[in-house]
Amino acid sequence: MNPNCESCAVHNSNHLRRLGLDMGSFDYMVALAGNPNTGKSTVFNALTGLKQHTGNWPGKTVTRAEGGFAYGDKRFKLVDLPGTYSLLSTSVDEEVARDFILFGRPDVTVIVADATRLERNLNLTLQILKITRRAVLALNLIDEARRHGVSIDDRALSRELGIPVVPMAARQGDGVDALLKMIHEVATGSYVCRPRQVKNKNRKLERAVQKLVEQIHALYPVLPNADWLALRLLEGDERIIGAFRNGTISELTRGEALQTPAVEKVYE
Amino acid sequence: MNKSSGPHEENNRAIEELLSNARDLRWTVGDDIHDQLLKNIYEQAADISDKVVRHDGKKRYDWDQKLDRFLTGRWTGLPMMLILLSLVFWITIVGSNYPSAMLSGLLIDSLHPLLKNFFSGFLPAWMSGLLIDGMYLTSAWVVAVMLPPMAIFFPLFTLLEDFGYLPRIAFNLDGLFRKAGAHGKQALTMTMGYGCNAAGVVATRIIDSPRERLIAIITNNFSLCNGRWPTQILIASLFIGAVAPPALSGIVAAGAVIAVALLGIFFTFITSWGLSKTILRGEASAFSLELPPYRPPRFWQTLYTSLIDRTAIVLWRAVIFAMPAGAVIWLISNITVGDLSLAEWFIRALDPLGGLVGLNGVILLAFIVAIPANEIVIPSILMLTVLSLNLHGMGTGAGVLFEPDSLNSYMQLFHQANWTLLTAVNLMLFSLLHNPCSTTIYTIYKETGSWKWTMVSTFLPLALGFIVIFFVTQWARIAF
Repeated sequence: MNPNCESCAVHNSNHLRRLGLDMGSFDYMVALAGNPNTGKSTVFNALTGLKQHTGNWPGKTVTRAEGGFAYGDKRFKLVDLPGTYSLLSTSVDEEVARDFILFGRPDVTVIVADATRLERNLNLTLQILKITRRAVLALNLIDEARRHGVSIDDRALSRELGIPVVPMAARQGDGVDALLKMIHEVATGSYVCRPRQVKNKNRKLERAVQKLVEQIHALYPVLPNADWLALRLLEGDERIIGAFRNGTISELTRGEALQTPAVEKVYE
Repeated sequence: MNKSSGPHEENNRAIEELLSNARDLRWTVGDDIHDQLLKNIYEQAADISDKVVRHDGKKRYDWDQKLDRFLTGRWTGLPMMLILLSLVFWITIVGSNYPSAMLSGLLIDSLHPLLKNFFSGFLPAWMSGLLIDGMYLTSAWVVAVMLPPMAIFFPLFTLLEDFGYLPRIAFNLDGLFRKAGAHGKQALTMTMGYGCNAAGVVATRIIDSPRERLIAIITNNFSLCNGRWPTQILIASLFIGAVAPPALSGIVAAGAVIAVALLGIFFTFITSWGLSKTILRGEASAFSLELPPYRPPRFWQTLYTSLIDRTAIVLWRAVIFAMPAGAVIWLISNITVGDLSLAEWFIRALDPLGGLVGLNGVILLAFIVAIPANEIVIPSILMLTVLSLNLHGMGTGAGVLFEPDSLNSYMQLFHQANWTLLTAVNLMLFSLLHNPCSTTIYTIYKETGSWKWTMVSTFLPLALGFIVIFFVTQWARIAF
């Protein structure tokens, strides 16, 4: 390695302490989401030092795995979610992932994407960005993409999505430092994400959503993902309807006002 | 407490209003929101991707596709699958012979008498019997019988997995599953079951439709799990391989194991088909399966993780279950009621049923003792056979049964207990077709939340097992 790398600000792995299963008290919770077979478990292992078995096939992880790491002066709890292609339909693994991002309220959601199949991976990314505003895109398998003659303008991608994008080759450990740095920045709020919101072209649908969002905001003024919830209600999602009735939704507003004073503006 | 009930009720009213509003609005927006949303997202994803992704346009030699054409080809896919799996078993069978004999020589022939002598010095006889003849000996058998095949099989299987071969198996079998009215992804959960059925049952979460998920759960037990591979491998090497000329015995034994595994796949299809035509009626749903790129496995890391994580964990679990099972076996063999030990009462009670289906009371009792973990079937059979033959002096000097060459000594023991080729075949079949282990049963209950389906998953394979070995036995007795 180039000796200059060690002193460079980007080289942060000496600030990383892998805590394995020690997650006793943590400052921030980080969720690891993404399509199946994009290397989530590899990223998980690289950060926590755990040796969760990884496998080269979609559907390998169907339960949540948890681990911890410390970076800078902060302790992080990392939750590896099952890989899914979307958050819309209702298989159990998609529900586990969706419920965690929604109700578990992670401080940062790391979306692991396969650089060789970016378009498909963006489908999930855009859906996640409707639920949470604090996310980092880990553009994994960048080495494989390069081998296939694919290059990705990660800065342009970051501008388009409104969240940090970190090119990675997690199997080789490349990009782990940069990912840690971005997780830290988003968690502490020194990087403010402005995630792209998918606009509805259908006017009728948009009006219906607006109506419901107004009502939801009258109930919970600081709810961060009201229009996503409105869409789910329009679709008749039983789980979300139940969450409104039993008070789980009102839980989501806890502490929200402090972290995001600009919340009203997003929905102007 | 009542203080907040006013605003609380108001809140509830507002929520109900919101929900009923949503219900009303649902009619105005049409029933294709789901598709519209998806379309919206897909368009934007394509749009972003167009802006940021550049292809260099060079045509590369695409060995991925060439290999896929071969490994998932219409005519080559299934034969290649058989060849690859046979190779894995053959290496496992041939490779585990020698270390098994060594471990058995060390742990059972040398260490056992030493321990026995040492502890008999100051412990009461019943206690050294319980600890050494019961708990230690069963655990030692678990290690000697299971460790070598596991230490070879797991890394090989993990290498195939990391290379990206498992989804190809699913791809090859997808059409067959569809014909059976089941979900194509069941091929993946079935493959998971080859590691551990409890894990396979959890893995069925990737199947969306509850009907197809239940089928996958119920049939997962037909995938031979970690705990049963060593049973298959040992019995196949001892009895089936022995029928063939020595030069071919490894290949024949591997072939027998493959045959049992294929029979499991056959039963998976038949049962799936039967269920989807009767109590779980319905059409197979469509799905897309992603074939991941082949990735060269990182050899040493795979070796390390599969040895440390898989082999050690499975072995540990086996030993944990073997110790109490060993204690139970020793106790029921030494507690006498009337003039017989409890074990002998059980064995005598089970012998008629065992005889009817071509097994014996000892084997059936061993399968009952081994409900917590399939790993201890063979050690339990060994223990119970020794005890039921009244060979209590075994390994202590008097009437030494065990030669240093472990495989031969197992053979001697089984012959003394009147085992035949038929007993061995039936044992292999019954090991494939019987109730899942208690961990899996509990997992099935947790995943389905239903006692009914848990019971179906438990007793359906058991009933099938008895039916199959009954007919095999009757046929064999008439034919030979």
